[in-house]
Amino acid sequence: MRCTGGMFSAVFMAACTPMLALQAQTTNPFTAPPKLATARTLVLPTIVERTLPNGLRLVIVEQHELPMIDVALVVRNGSEAEPKGKNGLATLTAGLLTEGAGSRDALAIAEQIGYLAIRLDALSGFEQSTVRVHSSSATLDSAMALMTDLALRPTFPEQSFAQQKSARLTALLQEADRGPAMADRAFAALVFGENHPYGRSPGGTREDIETITREDVRTFWKTWYRPNNATLIMVGDLSVAEAVKRATAAFGAWQRAELPVLAKSTPVAAGSTTIYVVDKAKAPQSSFRLGGIGVARNTKDYFPLMVMNTTLGGSFTSRLNTNLRETKAYTYGASSGFTMRREPGAFTSRAEVVAAKTDSSLIEFMKELNSIREPLPAAELAKVKKYLQLGYAERFESTNDIAGEIAALIPVGIPLSALGGFNAGIGAVTASDVQRVAKQYVDPNKMVIVVAGDRASIEAALKATKIAPVQFVDSRGRRLPVP
Amino acid sequence: MPLLTGARQTFKRWATLLLFASALTPFAARSQKAPNIPFEKFTLPNGLEVILHVDRSVPIVAVNGWFKVGSGDEKPGRTGFAHLFEHIMFMGSQNVPVGKFDQWLEAAGANNNGSTTFDRTNYYETGPSNALPLMLWLDADRMGWLLPTMDLAKVDLQRDVVKNERRQNVENQPYGLVDEMILPVMFPPNHPYSWDVIGSMKDLTAATVDDVKEFFRKYYAPNNASITIAGDFNPDSAKTWVTRYFGKIPRNPDAPVRPVVPAPRLQKDTVMLMEDHVQLPRAYYIWHGVKALHADEPALDALAAVLAGGKSSRLYRTLVYDKQLAQDVGMSDEASKLDGIIRLRATAKPGVHPRELAAEFNAAIAKIASEGVTDRELTRVKNGTRATLLDELSSVLGKADRLSYYNYFAGTPEWIGQDIARYEKLTSADVQRVAKQYLLSQPKIILTVVPEGKKELALTAGGSN
Repeated sequence: MRCTGGMFSAVFMAACTPMLALQAQTTNPFTAPPKLATARTLVLPTIVERTLPNGLRLVIVEQHELPMIDVALVVRNGSEAEPKGKNGLATLTAGLLTEGAGSRDALAIAEQIGYLAIRLDALSGFEQSTVRVHSSSATLDSAMALMTDLALRPTFPEQSFAQQKSARLTALLQEADRGPAMADRAFAALVFGENHPYGRSPGGTREDIETITREDVRTFWKTWYRPNNATLIMVGDLSVAEAVKRATAAFGAWQRAELPVLAKSTPVAAGSTTIYVVDKAKAPQSSFRLGGIGVARNTKDYFPLMVMNTTLGGSFTSRLNTNLRETKAYTYGASSGFTMRREPGAFTSRAEVVAAKTDSSLIEFMKELNSIREPLPAAELAKVKKYLQLGYAERFESTNDIAGEIAALIPVGIPLSALGGFNAGIGAVTASDVQRVAKQYVDPNKMVIVVAGDRASIEAALKATKIAPVQFVDSRGRRLPVP
Repeated sequence: MPLLTGARQTFKRWATLLLFASALTPFAARSQKAPNIPFEKFTLPNGLEVILHVDRSVPIVAVNGWFKVGSGDEKPGRTGFAHLFEHIMFMGSQNVPVGKFDQWLEAAGANNNGSTTFDRTNYYETGPSNALPLMLWLDADRMGWLLPTMDLAKVDLQRDVVKNERRQNVENQPYGLVDEMILPVMFPPNHPYSWDVIGSMKDLTAATVDDVKEFFRKYYAPNNASITIAGDFNPDSAKTWVTRYFGKIPRNPDAPVRPVVPAPRLQKDTVMLMEDHVQLPRAYYIWHGVKALHADEPALDALAAVLAGGKSSRLYRTLVYDKQLAQDVGMSDEASKLDGIIRLRATAKPGVHPRELAAEFNAAIAKIASEGVTDRELTRVKNGTRATLLDELSSVLGKADRLSYYNYFAGTPEWIGQDIARYEKLTSADVQRVAKQYLLSQPKIILTVVPEGKKELALTAGGSN
């Protein structure tokens, strides 16, 4: 309630007096945000590198705050190394490492992990396969023994192989339950082509998984899981000397081998912007994926791209989220990102939008993808740079965080000293750098736009936007015949 | 907060963006050392409880505010309102124009979010330690002075955002509508848990600015809240800032008292069927559990872990690994302020009828009820519980949330030792008893979610196989 003099009779004013007193209490006397002191400088942990005689690279970070250790063995190959017709082999191989190793079968491994209360798993992406363990100092001996069994002595038992293969086929079947997953698969296939490794899902396809044999798995493991193709990261409560000793004991006898040279794949050339609709009947939301081929992680434009993408769709107050969520409320969240791999990965903008606003969302996406190519206002540049620089400390909170930051650089071949250059790199970015990379890497005229949603209710509206021709594809990105 | 399984009915303000795929996804820290979170607690004259935990190892800080209000406090016709209100809390306040809450924090290198459950709503920021006064000032301005700038535009905007959150996380998720179906069966209409936190589209549509004002005045008072600060800060400075920014917020003289409601129980096994846009049927058994921190919570957590908690559990072995009848199996024991819910579920492999899953459920439950669990299983549960808890303590936000949780549910932030202790003393007989008492002796919901048009895949009865 407001009592603002004049408008009220004397009687009413009297009644208002206590209200005025109350109002005085209920006005915040601190009307402006406080001035902040300078941020404390983040001191990055010291990273020590060694190489064992068999070629295994060691990366060691001493971190004695808590009695715990993260160890990650990063093998520098993943699904990009799969032979033709064996899509899904790398993830199946990694998944099978925990299904039988040394003298233990799958359940015994799971039981041992549970008993030790450690975390131990193996997984594979496009260009790395990783066995990682998280353990207390007290359980480290047993944890590393188990980890070494997984990496060096997997047995790929027949029953586990059959079970994992069947589980994978079922998971692929279940992809049809999820529009967002269908959109992801179609987008990759359309941007890179199914013949390029990045155009395929590491999860594989039904027809390829069906042909994979135990021997394929064993061969993939034997070929790529080699010390001269791997890095062992150890972060936590142990000295460099102890880390080297443990690494040597565990992996010193691991035999190096000649690594095959992979043929380089060429992605499909970008065509003019096209809208590809994947039908997900009755879906209440449409899954948008817009973009194309971006850059490799070793790009000279890493920092300008970081700033540009954060401005566009890399934080809550980014333009895409501010527009599509906080202004239009078409979605619970809109974002963008560059997946930087050894070779150029995808640039993707994305959102799950309410079906009825599919066309309006497309219009707003295109608006933002065009306007990011315009000059960047100074205040926005300053906000984004500070967000990235000041937020950097949060990425190094735990041993696991530190191991993760290091592990991300291994497969893409970036020297670890890059971690120390982040804030200076961001600091050097200018508005014109941002505009230049936006113009170079965000081209609204050459985009793949995938919309997985209820075709019956969105087709006409998408066509009416006249933004681009509309085609119909399956979740593999393959064109469907016109009905 | 169950230690082994996460709460289901939690809705966050927004899904954090994953910008660059990393070779390692996070998994957090743990140790065998006795857990302890040193803290200092004081209460401002207006009733705001303040908890401080100093950890200066990394120059970052977390602020975590808890309000003792959740979806269980909503009035009829306004389901989902507590969570909608949470969203509106980010739309600016007396001295914070629309959009500035997030912009100012980001310019300081900080992130923020909030979440709502049946029982509580929390709001948190994390970031560089020098941003602490900004975090506190922003939180104080909205705790004290949200309404002067409140209008329909703010409510309308977040109403539509929340509707999209519902579409994304409930309607467009396979099996996503299960909770909405079972809650009204487990709880009578006047029980605070008889609807889901996200609420119905109809009720979200009905929310008004007056609802916001009423809800704010009733629940968003300092004497209905706590604020926990964890990380790199000087406690004297923090006290000064908290007192300065929050001290002038008036207390609510009529602080709400949560009604005491009787814990309802199912009277008989209830068979339910839901058709969904899914490829495979999924079978559920659902029972009433216990309140948070109830004496039987550890034993029920252990039961859930041994039956279907991960690859070393009994039902994983039989259903997924040996017989390959199921694609996945899982069990949760969710204990909230007023009651608990135990859920066991498995997804059938193609060609498998859910009754084969139910038969394995029954056999595994009966075996524990008659024989208990092994020493090795018990040790695994105890080690795992301790490790999971310690995982949370590897981040300042995790520590702040844990302190806030104990403060609300146990009445003191200092409860982590007791929490661990009640798991350490579990015996096989405890687990055997709760299997009998809660799973065998209580009626349950037997629910099958089947692909559209495949009603023949539904379970018709549970326990008789």
